[in-house]
Amino acid sequence: MTTQTSPQQSAPLPSRWERLRDSYLLYSFKRDPIAQLSLLVFIVFVACAVLAPWLAPMNPYDLAQIDIMASELPPFWIDGSDPAYRMGTDAQGRDLLSTILYGARVSLIIGFGAVALQALLGVVFGLLAGYLGGRIDAFLMRLADIQLSFSTLMVAIVVGALVKAIFGGATFSAYAVPLLVLIIGLAEWPQYARTVRASVLAEKGKEYVDAARTMGLPSRRIMFRHILPNTLSPIFVISTVQVANAIISEAALSFLGLGMPETHPSLGSLIKSGFDYIQSGSWWITLIPGAVLVVLVLVINLLGDWLRDVLNPRLYKG
Amino acid sequence: MIAFLIKRLFHALLVMFVISIIAFSIQDNLGDPIQQMVGQSVPESEREALREELGLNDPFLVQYLRFAKNAAQLDFGYSYIFNEPTTEVVLRHLPATLELVAATTLLIVLLSVPIGVYSAIKPRALLSRFFMGVSIVGISIPVFLTAIVLIQLFAIGVTWTPFPADTGWGSWLNDLITTEGGMPAYGRGDPVHVFGTWYTNFASTDGLVYLVLPAISLASIMLPLFIRLIRAEMLEVLQSEYVKFARAKGISLRRIYFLHALKNTMLPVITVGGVQIGTLVAYTILTETVFQWPGMGLMFLNAINRSDIPLIVTYLMIVGLIFVITNTLVDLIYGLVNPTVKLTGKPA
Repeated sequence: MTTQTSPQQSAPLPSRWERLRDSYLLYSFKRDPIAQLSLLVFIVFVACAVLAPWLAPMNPYDLAQIDIMASELPPFWIDGSDPAYRMGTDAQGRDLLSTILYGARVSLIIGFGAVALQALLGVVFGLLAGYLGGRIDAFLMRLADIQLSFSTLMVAIVVGALVKAIFGGATFSAYAVPLLVLIIGLAEWPQYARTVRASVLAEKGKEYVDAARTMGLPSRRIMFRHILPNTLSPIFVISTVQVANAIISEAALSFLGLGMPETHPSLGSLIKSGFDYIQSGSWWITLIPGAVLVVLVLVINLLGDWLRDVLNPRLYKG
Repeated sequence: MIAFLIKRLFHALLVMFVISIIAFSIQDNLGDPIQQMVGQSVPESEREALREELGLNDPFLVQYLRFAKNAAQLDFGYSYIFNEPTTEVVLRHLPATLELVAATTLLIVLLSVPIGVYSAIKPRALLSRFFMGVSIVGISIPVFLTAIVLIQLFAIGVTWTPFPADTGWGSWLNDLITTEGGMPAYGRGDPVHVFGTWYTNFASTDGLVYLVLPAISLASIMLPLFIRLIRAEMLEVLQSEYVKFARAKGISLRRIYFLHALKNTMLPVITVGGVQIGTLVAYTILTETVFQWPGMGLMFLNAINRSDIPLIVTYLMIVGLIFVITNTLVDLIYGLVNPTVKLTGKPA
């Protein structure tokens, strides 16, 4: 006996594209102008970040292109601006538009990287805790509880401070991107683990899991091939919000001097370096990157809100 | 009740144990007291002798027990920066942070409850939608950015007149975006001495003025969360049977909303609120950095930047203790307030 049904017997399965076209997801997206606008802005952000080397008027990492005499120039709508620097320049004479484009790139890379790491840790730990239960469950969830009671930002700051103390300032700056991914990933995995564990507990009692177990499939296969696909929608929902959180965490760490160095700035370290000049009237160095950061995080949060409303089974199926 | 209490205390002790292990490993691996105590010219043999004398070559467990014994007496050694016992340094900075947190909590409670309840009672009103829109924007603004914008608006001031000043609407719009500035945004001013190391900002108008901008920035990050939480809980409660019944009975709406519904709304708010105290302490690091508020957060950041390991360890232990105490208290209060929580742990 074969377990596969032959294609002649049943109607052909709809293709992925057809399934997407008929889905509730796309239907509600078409009816929600805020979600459409958010997605559009987000795509523009990602495109700008990816294409930064071609879009930016200058390369902010290239010291030869920086002119210290052109420092603290205002953006174009204020008197005294230079047409070569549309958005003005920062205190080191770097073109602000270019640094923002490159900075958004760094922020997005760290945001996505950190969420990928969190998701990996959280999904594995959540599956193990939910499916195996017992001591592993108690240990992992107690660990998550402790970490969450300290708030993820606090954990990130402390871990960041320790990593910086262990490696020293220079090494930390050289490997800042992977280290920040590691720090933020380690600080925020409990969110995922809890969500995944809750869905696993709900799925575990269902018949298809019993069937798989009766067939003698190994636990690993049941966990990753059978239960995991059924817990994907809550994972998607928190992933969106977590990207926004990770970007904010990175900005906060950079603002405290525990993140990206000023020579290789993210949006957070741009805000930090501009903050020193706000009292002298050069508000644009800090507030323009700040506004960009807020818009980026806001559109991700709005998308997350929309996705939660659509995928939340309580609201949609009930 | 006693069993629940003992269980909670055991949990709290376990958490403190984990924190102390982490803190000790930091001290053990990162801080070399010999390097701090002696100069460059001291030969290796003498360093080794000193290391032996101070017990730094003892096994991990022996050293940890010594650390734990001292920690129980709140003795974490001397700060490198301040050259005095770290506990004294932290206690000197503690009141500034606690006052900032107190002012922030006051703002959050006074604003989030009325706004949350209002937008639950009238979910479709224009004002409710406005509050919800503002709150999602509020969540997306990092706390240090709120602080910087507040400094620009109210400490430095905005003198930007893009609209024609000779027309009536132009000068009105110009006046709208122009702000005075002049609010203090640096440090604590001149706080009044209460006793010991405690200086307060609450005792004088001058002191309160210094609190305004830092407290608003710190509140801005928590306020949207609480407004959304209170609104969601209240909406759920208003759907419940007993509220419908109370309405059918003809009890006045005000009584239903503020006496019957609000009580049950506040239950989950207490738990979330307790957990958020931890987040608030983390955000004080950011707020205090922007405003140079001389509290524990700023002290901690300085300690990190200058690798003052004993001070970092002390901060971690004391903040950990504050977290554990508040979390335990919140759990106990929740158990007392909510009769459905079985405090005894007996099977039903």
